[in-house]
Amino acid sequence: MDPLSEYIRGITRDNPIFGLVLGLCPTLAVTTSVENAIGMSAGTAFVLVFANIFVSALRKQIPSAVRLPIFIIIIATFVSIVDMIMEAYFPPMYAALGVFIPLIVVNCIIIGRAEAYANKNNVFYSFIDALGISTGFLLVLMLIGGIRELLGTGQIVTFGYTLVSLPLNPDVTTMILPPGAFLTIGTLMAIVNYQRAKKRAKGG
Amino acid sequence: MVEKALFAIFMEGVFIKNFLLIQFLGLCSFVGVTKDFKSAAGMSGAVIFVMAMAATASYIVYNYILVPAGMEFLDLISFIVVIAALVQLVEFVVRKNVPALYRSLGIYLPLITTNCAVLGVVLLNVLSEYGFVQSVVFGISAGIGYTIVMLMMASIRERSTFVNIPSSIRGLPQAFFISTMLSMAFVNYFWVIPI
Repeated sequence: MDPLSEYIRGITRDNPIFGLVLGLCPTLAVTTSVENAIGMSAGTAFVLVFANIFVSALRKQIPSAVRLPIFIIIIATFVSIVDMIMEAYFPPMYAALGVFIPLIVVNCIIIGRAEAYANKNNVFYSFIDALGISTGFLLVLMLIGGIRELLGTGQIVTFGYTLVSLPLNPDVTTMILPPGAFLTIGTLMAIVNYQRAKKRAKGG
Repeated sequence: MVEKALFAIFMEGVFIKNFLLIQFLGLCSFVGVTKDFKSAAGMSGAVIFVMAMAATASYIVYNYILVPAGMEFLDLISFIVVIAALVQLVEFVVRKNVPALYRSLGIYLPLITTNCAVLGVVLLNVLSEYGFVQSVVFGISAGIGYTIVMLMMASIRERSTFVNIPSSIRGLPQAFFISTMLSMAFVNYFWVIPI
């Protein structure tokens, strides 16, 4: 195993949304804008990195019969920390993400990586794995957030800067409403499946 | 406690703030367990049950243990422990007393511990500052809303099994396209309820 390919694996083959299909709730709920997508990914990344490090460091001490409750307690601790930091230093972001910050605790990505990876590998590789998965999550969330914000509001505004602007009718907001989320992820998933099938047919 | 009619809370839980289609809570089970009607019904039954119990138990834990002790910052950890303990307890009681129900719900109970819809009910109750009866009503109505959508989705998916569609859309993308339609109906019809 070399660290770089482990990192890339989290973005491509084990991508949390398109590869593992875990953590759908925040992916759809908070992607009304690129800004929210970045905030959500940052929170998830913090929890994922620390949970992976701690689970991996303690993996020889944790009895396997009670490992899931222990993982949940470790994760819940870091989620509480993120929750308080966000509330104290980024109040507008905290208000926009709302209940989805505390809900990181039941995000299947984190407990999934703790169980499938950190519980079996050393601290360094668990750290790399967490970074890779977090980057994959960030990229997908920004992609979905970008599509929805652009088609829903006609422009992408991130931290005060207008990145792109389209002359769309501002009254048509379907894409930032719930149906737009389902439509975007369904389309993206179909494209990913199509590309994968094509690659397989070529014998790749 | 906020002033709000119980009927308004009920309609909000079932339709206006539907957990699956509007708030995106509990989507893993929504796309995972809706391949056939029977398991969707089993999962929904278990979720209504656990949501009502979790709303009750967490209200008591939050207001009678955490608030007097000044430890509100521990809410998340204690809620997740309460839900996990509750699910174990429900499993134990149901297995012992109602074996027939256990055979149909049993395998879904462990899944519920990490279902974000249940934790969502509990957190939203605290966030909206609901009183005891309001919390329980919100828990039950969220469960009913979840059930309605799960059953609709499962029926549609079951009937569309033999539809001839491109292979890259079959499965998850198809499920998301069906949810798009359902979600449009929920957004457009139920946001006009004047409460």
